[in-house]
Amino acid sequence: MLVNEKVAIEHGLKAEEYRKICDLLKRVPNITELGIFSAMWNEHCSYKSSRLHLKKLHTKGKKVIQGPGENAGVIDIEDGDAIVFKIESHNHPSFIEPYQGAATGVGGIMRDVFTMGARPIANLNSIHFGSPQNKKTKNLLRGVVHGIGGYGNCMGVPTIGGQTSFDSSYNGNILVNAMTLGLVKKNKIFYSKAAGLNKPVIYVGSKTGRDGIHGASMASANFDEKIEEKKPTVQVGDPFTEKLLLEACLELMSGDSIIAIQDMGAAGLTSSSIEMASKGNLGIEINLNKVPCRETKMTPYEIMLSESQERMLIVLENGKEDLAKKIFDKWNLDFAVIGKTTNSKNIELFFNEKQIANIPINILVEKSPMYDRKWKKSKLPKKNRFKKNIFSNLKIKDVLKKIISNPNICSKEWIWQQYDHTVMGDTIQKPGGDSGVIRVHGTDKAVAATVDSSAVYCWAHPLTGGKQVVAESWRNLISVGATPIAITNCLNFGSPENEDNMGEFVECVEGISEASKYLNFPVVSGNVSFYNQTKEMGIKPTPSIGGVGLIKNYKKMMTMDFKDIDNLVLIIGKTEGHLDQSLFARIILDEKNGPPPEVNLFNEKNNGISLLDLIEKDLIKSAHDISLGGILTALTKMCIKGNKGIKLNKPKNLINGFSYFFAEDQGRYIIEIEPKKLKEVNKILDKNSVHHEEIGVIIKNDMIIDEKTKVTIDELKSYNTNWLRNFMN
Amino acid sequence: MKSSVITFPGSNCDRDMDVALKKFGFNNKMVWHDDIELPKSDLVVLPGGFSYGDYLRCGSMASKSKIMQSVINFAKSGGLVMGICNGFQILVESGLVPGVLLRNKYLEFICKNVFVKINNKDNPYFKNLNKEVFELHIAHNEGNYFCTRDQLKEIEDNNQIAIYYCNDNGETKEISNPNGSINNIAGIFNKEKNVLGMMPHPERMIDQSLSGEDGSIFFKNLINNIK
Repeated sequence: MLVNEKVAIEHGLKAEEYRKICDLLKRVPNITELGIFSAMWNEHCSYKSSRLHLKKLHTKGKKVIQGPGENAGVIDIEDGDAIVFKIESHNHPSFIEPYQGAATGVGGIMRDVFTMGARPIANLNSIHFGSPQNKKTKNLLRGVVHGIGGYGNCMGVPTIGGQTSFDSSYNGNILVNAMTLGLVKKNKIFYSKAAGLNKPVIYVGSKTGRDGIHGASMASANFDEKIEEKKPTVQVGDPFTEKLLLEACLELMSGDSIIAIQDMGAAGLTSSSIEMASKGNLGIEINLNKVPCRETKMTPYEIMLSESQERMLIVLENGKEDLAKKIFDKWNLDFAVIGKTTNSKNIELFFNEKQIANIPINILVEKSPMYDRKWKKSKLPKKNRFKKNIFSNLKIKDVLKKIISNPNICSKEWIWQQYDHTVMGDTIQKPGGDSGVIRVHGTDKAVAATVDSSAVYCWAHPLTGGKQVVAESWRNLISVGATPIAITNCLNFGSPENEDNMGEFVECVEGISEASKYLNFPVVSGNVSFYNQTKEMGIKPTPSIGGVGLIKNYKKMMTMDFKDIDNLVLIIGKTEGHLDQSLFARIILDEKNGPPPEVNLFNEKNNGISLLDLIEKDLIKSAHDISLGGILTALTKMCIKGNKGIKLNKPKNLINGFSYFFAEDQGRYIIEIEPKKLKEVNKILDKNSVHHEEIGVIIKNDMIIDEKTKVTIDELKSYNTNWLRNFMN
Repeated sequence: MKSSVITFPGSNCDRDMDVALKKFGFNNKMVWHDDIELPKSDLVVLPGGFSYGDYLRCGSMASKSKIMQSVINFAKSGGLVMGICNGFQILVESGLVPGVLLRNKYLEFICKNVFVKINNKDNPYFKNLNKEVFELHIAHNEGNYFCTRDQLKEIEDNNQIAIYYCNDNGETKEISNPNGSINNIAGIFNKEKNVLGMMPHPERMIDQSLSGEDGSIFFKNLINNIK
């Protein structure tokens, strides 16, 4: 096939990018080479619009063993143990084919983690759908949940947490972000940097088929009415093979045969081989006739661009081929020596004894385009002044009912009961809490993980929104008694070629960076997903933050369920009554404008660390952070989980009841303490200048809001749990 | 007491079972599906998971594994064989216990705590338990037990039903049936009661920090019965 500008454009490259390729090569590429360029230079693989800004992220810290740039980030959890973790998007394929799209998203992120030598010990996910009224939403939700479960359950890795939201901005572009944590010994971490000349390059795992060709390019473009035609670009998952691949890789990794290892994810054999060689500053030679193929007559172009799943590329020590082959034979997996490392610094491909591609690797990697896209700064919207009379017709019980049965607040049990969350026998906090918690097998330690996003805040003011998501992640970890260590981020945005969307990206990144620096909560891994856009309509900016923390003694883990009658309930952090962008403002007052709540990082840190101190001193019985839906929503969840009621005090604040109960001011938690501990708790909080107030006392069965308002916990439970079940059935 | 846990390709509760058995005093060995001989054992466990991906019928491929002939011979000679979840499906497929396991009634994977009531204590698994209703954990997609009317009569007549799904009071009503199993059946024996297949996972409830501790009661009692 003749290569020209038109063919390049059909491959998703821009005309000027094609000219750059010809200049760099000093010739016209052949079709296989063009395919390789299009795979390496698309947004998904090259980060060409985001690289410049990602440099601003805060990525360093005492606990960071490996920051961004590897298959996943690695943090130190002491005693020679480390946690490998990362979050990744699989948005575009999941919209086209929800089951396989979501399943292979989960498969891909687990591979990223075990590529580094870590056994996956927990999965989480952040999934976002269009409005429940949209006719596609229900099937997409069902397909995605089945896909996530289908893959994770079969792998035997518990899914311990997640987040689900609905918003009409996702009508044409759903989001599926999958996160995995793995456990590894600090001295047994594997990296993707090749080293040494003439080392055998090994292909293991599934055979290569024609599925997923140009998947990464598809994920780097807007959707239009022709998306149905893109179904063949979605990969098909085989979790059983991945389970075998996991066990085989870990078995091989227990020895010293591997120099470098890289999973074949986006852009398959192309990006994995090029990345390994590039990191080692080497060349690589591959004989494509040696690649195990599932289908007949596959061309070099197809072999290089296939995104068939469950495959790995390994650079082995010389002479270890037989030993490695024995292990993969035992697990019934393909094993083939397909090439070697060279000193050419080029990628050289051979097919039927002819050289069919020869490209200097630095052209593909370092010389890949990088854009300083135009972007627009967002102004902080003006605050709303709500007139008193708009509250006068509202009844607090009706408002509460509406809020806790809202799709974005309601119980997601229908979802997480379809995920095996207890396999591996170490899940000590199941989904539905502030964070999922798993023990580090055979030790007293536990790791907490949470995934969060607040698209509405990010949309209203990206800088504040970016900060807020990091702060929320930090709070969710603290609420279970974990010391926050680091985060991974999945940055889901519209088209970077649109100044508004690009502005949202730049400022969210700035916000994330600022908060993570202040809270000493560095970013160690992540990915960017642009072009979550259908024609002109982009999604609300949705950075998903996956946070990980450590509980040194798992017996001190905290949960949110109210424990004992007569215990006191306190609020930590000040309630100012910020209603703009709250769920209350949006669904009760129908007010969509205004700034998100301000994030005061000093208070976040101070309040969080003080709460950890109280937990460490065994002074509190339950804890929960206050987020979407405000105080009354948070209390409702604590009541439902503990099957207890609460009698509330009359708020001392001057603001009206609705503002007090439903405001979404940041940096706040609810805690339960025994009455005899009140003095000591007050003393510690006062000493740390943490604002706190008593809000009520735990009773049986009812939530008593004021003299006139009482609601039973059973009633609250049914409002909270029924919406999703009814919607899906 | 010696136990063996068989690892099939795709098993994923094999380690959990190993941990549980060792915790309660078994000297446990992991046995590879491709082995021919079973080590000397007082108990053989077929663990949960997705053997061979469950791509054919669940448990069907595993029931033809090399090791299964030894397991079948061991069971036929009176040895104790317990299949949990996918292990139960393998037992059914290998003909060691009657019936089949269909896809859950609501076509969804279910992972949650359930209550089960012990129906028959005249066997090495449940003998001497002074508790009738247990809270255990299930996690499966194909746990909907089914058999023909004649088979049902036969297993009832032979007292082969091991456990029923029930509520916390031990009432076996339809509302407590998580997957559509016929008559709320959660586990059954072979005629001789030395082979037990059940969907719930006792190995996931072996300490206070997990979903519960009723699994511990089961394992402690089991090892005492075998001694």
